Amino acid sequence: MLATAIIVFREVLEAALVIAIVLGASRGISRRGWWVSAGIAMGVFGAGLVALFADVIAEAFSGTGQALLDAAILLTAVVMLAWHNIWMSGHGRKLAGEIKEVGAAVQAGTKNLAALLVITFTAVLREGSEIVLFLWAIAASGGHEFGMTLGGFTGLAAGMLVGVLLYRSLLFIPIRHFFSVTGWLILLLTAGLAAQAAGFLNQAGLLPALGSNLWDTSAILSQSGILGQLLHILVGYTARPSGIEILFYGVTLVAIFTLMRINGRRVHSMQQRQPLHDQTDTEPANS
Amino acid sequence: MSSRLIPLLLTGVLALNAAAFADTLTAKLTIQNRQFTPQDLTLPAGTKVKLIIHNQDVIPAEFESYDLSREIVVPGHSQVTVYIGPLNPGRYNFFNDFNHAARGWVVVAPTTGKGN
Repeated sequence: MLATAIIVFREVLEAALVIAIVLGASRGISRRGWWVSAGIAMGVFGAGLVALFADVIAEAFSGTGQALLDAAILLTAVVMLAWHNIWMSGHGRKLAGEIKEVGAAVQAGTKNLAALLVITFTAVLREGSEIVLFLWAIAASGGHEFGMTLGGFTGLAAGMLVGVLLYRSLLFIPIRHFFSVTGWLILLLTAGLAAQAAGFLNQAGLLPALGSNLWDTSAILSQSGILGQLLHILVGYTARPSGIEILFYGVTLVAIFTLMRINGRRVHSMQQRQPLHDQTDTEPANS
Repeated sequence: MSSRLIPLLLTGVLALNAAAFADTLTAKLTIQNRQFTPQDLTLPAGTKVKLIIHNQDVIPAEFESYDLSREIVVPGHSQVTVYIGPLNPGRYNFFNDFNHAARGWVVVAPTTGKGN
């Protein structure tokens, strides 16, 4: 039962942390809850489909179908997260100002909400299909059904709890700094996902490794431990990274950061030319 | 912008790789009765290896290795392909993430001569 709980927990954790961060990053945007829930529901449905056709997917493209699918899912998430972050670099300040003033939800474009949906969908899809296959594997190998069900639900609940805790802790951050913190979190998360995608493309034989283990920090911080696991999800920590993973990590990080800077300046200078309302940031945060 | 760049990048790399794959070695790993065979998979150093994992059981398995940074579901009665390396000499642990009792090692012995 415990083994089941731990494995399900690890898979749920990844999706839960991603969702917690995007929920934080989209704070104050109206109707985001509905879109994120829809993303979760679609992810669960999609995960069932992927698990159902696992054998077809696995044997596609000479046995590299699953790695290619994983890479495609991850790269979709990377593009959406990048887009969200670049958008926020222009709107975060205004959003923070409005949350502070009225505490009311802000209308954002459908594009932004759709990006949230896709990010949530991809997170649940990837981890969910593994959970379904894993539970099937245990059920088929004749484990105790009651223990398995209990373990599955314990893992699910524990993973979601950590997600909720992360989201709640994010809310303690003063609103002045809130969106720059979530912006950094998303930036690092996205770079990590891009590195994972590179790993899958290398696994499928489409990209060279550029050095298989450029360094090895598994003795200091093992990836199988809980801290290594958390850092792997949040900032893409890999104990023995390949060159291509590092390259994707670096390029993604720099590209998104640069576009955020450019967009932030562009929107800021546009607002200076036609000031809407004063946004003084002098008073201390009221938390 | 980046969504247009990625396919372009991939095409380029594909073309680049076609030449490099000419001397890829093929190795086989079997999952049978919930165990890996062989449990010590010996591979040469400095060569890219095409590893074919064949799950002969009905139960799905997940080949996973932190050391090799590899993760792939192998459904029952299915065969999947994982490219690994080129590796440095050493021992690399792998396991079935759906059944941690099933483990094994990729053993890379030092070679003389051929590099990269």
